[in-house]
Amino acid sequence: MTSPQLTLGPVLFNWSAEKWRDFYFRIADEAPVDEVYIGEVVCSKREPFFEPVIADVIERLQGAGKNVVLSTLALIMSEREMNRVRELAQDSELLIEANDISAVSLMAGREHVVGPYVNVYNEGTLDFLISRGAMRVCLPYELPAESISEIANAARGRTGLEVQVFGRLPLAISARCYHARSYDLSKDSCQFVCSEDTDGMAVDTLDGTPFLMVNGTQTLSRSCRMLAGELDDLCQMGISHFRLSPLDTDMVAVARSFRAGLDGVESADEVEDRLAELLPGLSFSNGFFHGVEGSVYRNRGE
Amino acid sequence: MSKKLELVCPAGNPAALRAAIEAGADCVYLGFRDETNARNFPGLNFSRSELRDSVRLAHENNVKVLLAINTYPKAGHQGPWHQAVDDAANIGVDAVILADIGLCDYATRTHPDLRRHLSVQASASNVETIRFYVDAFDVKRVVLPRVLTLPEIKKLNEQIDVETEVFAFGGLCVMAEGRCSLSSYITGVSPNKEGVCSPPSHVRYEEQDGRLLSKLGDFTINAFPDNEPAGYPTLCKGRFRADGVTSYLFEEPTSLNVLDKLPELTAAGVSALKIEGRQRGRAYVSQVVGAFRRAVDAAAEGLPVAADELMALSEGGRETAGAYNKEWR
Repeated sequence: MTSPQLTLGPVLFNWSAEKWRDFYFRIADEAPVDEVYIGEVVCSKREPFFEPVIADVIERLQGAGKNVVLSTLALIMSEREMNRVRELAQDSELLIEANDISAVSLMAGREHVVGPYVNVYNEGTLDFLISRGAMRVCLPYELPAESISEIANAARGRTGLEVQVFGRLPLAISARCYHARSYDLSKDSCQFVCSEDTDGMAVDTLDGTPFLMVNGTQTLSRSCRMLAGELDDLCQMGISHFRLSPLDTDMVAVARSFRAGLDGVESADEVEDRLAELLPGLSFSNGFFHGVEGSVYRNRGE
Repeated sequence: MSKKLELVCPAGNPAALRAAIEAGADCVYLGFRDETNARNFPGLNFSRSELRDSVRLAHENNVKVLLAINTYPKAGHQGPWHQAVDDAANIGVDAVILADIGLCDYATRTHPDLRRHLSVQASASNVETIRFYVDAFDVKRVVLPRVLTLPEIKKLNEQIDVETEVFAFGGLCVMAEGRCSLSSYITGVSPNKEGVCSPPSHVRYEEQDGRLLSKLGDFTINAFPDNEPAGYPTLCKGRFRADGVTSYLFEEPTSLNVLDKLPELTAAGVSALKIEGRQRGRAYVSQVVGAFRRAVDAAAEGLPVAADELMALSEGGRETAGAYNKEWR
């Protein structure tokens, strides 16, 4: 059995090209991750910004021995967006992560990763996707342990499985841009206001409870998924890849902690304590894994 | 010459089904009384024998019956979903409305002659996705997600060889359907898995400092001062605070209504109109279906449509054309 692979999911936020490039350069140089996903998943309007630096980033990551996977858009509506995905599917020398059925379909017969935005809730769907060339499936974050385990049983020896273990949960995607809407703008004339919030725009309830994060057309959880305590269970189920979803923080430190957790060098408590220290004010959640509200954090043994 | 738009109407129970038939529905859609459909609310939906009787009644009246089996089967427990497809074929519904790829595959292999529609819950928003479901599972109709503009729908229809159905009236998902876990994030039960969004079982109202809070799970979805009527806390129609500003961040409490867009929808190549509202009672179904029947018939004759007659039935007395207008985004 190969050792558990640590992956870094795509940056979901609208960072400047410099920030985006420097982030990945540092990941390449310092982060103990095996694979790095890059590419715009949320809003096609952002793509041109990091286009000029993407080749450098890929080169740097590959030079550091990281596998690079190109993630596609989650919601594809316009002809322009569709054509962009067609181009990627046709021309990319990199492995593609398909985040919409259109990309799955375009990649049929060639190895690809099925991303977490594609609904793979059961072994029936898994079987079908494997027959089309899925070499790995990143499972939807909403699945409870029981379902992950069932799907892992069906996947064993046939395809890799990935689970997000850290980062905000991408709860919803829309045609409407809530960042623009909150500035009384429409998506077409958005002035890229989402770039103001490098970790998303905080949304609170009217009685002041932290609730969500708006990232353009995407709505994320305010809480940060934390499955450090569930790594052993996930490994035993047969999960092969463990995804960290970037926040605007020291992701090298996050990666080091999870690497230490996966290698058994640090206990789950040590990993969590270290990350709680790194990320003051951030609440952790693991509820979906335990079959309850996704916002909840359940202590081990509870 | 384009065909007249087909009117696909909600039936949450046998009484609503009769009301829809009497008011002029071309099709009714409904679900079994369990987690296999996306409106799994207490007191709604059909037993097997109720479905049998309903299909008989509908067919006597020349109305089609579409069965929604549009949640995502549970891993290791796909049995109830497979059984639902088997029973649908057995009872003789006119089509099943499916979302899950595995279930589409099962239905295609097991009941090739059972007509398949792709549910809105599959969020098929582009040409390649639609072609995938047509090629792999021979779906005959795709219910489009409520994310596309009218020009996008028109363009889509020019490139695909399958019927499309669009939402015409009622509740409005503002997120891409089948790809939203907002409600399960705070309730633990999910639209995709359990077939419920913002379920009544998790709703409560609390007094606080002279205002009424509406809550879903442990989270406040809205707050109403004394003089404001309290609405139901549907998560994405709530009031929240972002960047110091309180607003209906995602969407106001409002209803989708396309009564005044029927000629454009026909021109966009749409085959059928879906009225949302399986959770609604007989009177509502009767009124909305009746209004759409008259409007579709009038539009087909090139006559003007009385577009304002459903305002009273709209959520919060507000209406929107939703994503069909580009400015909505």
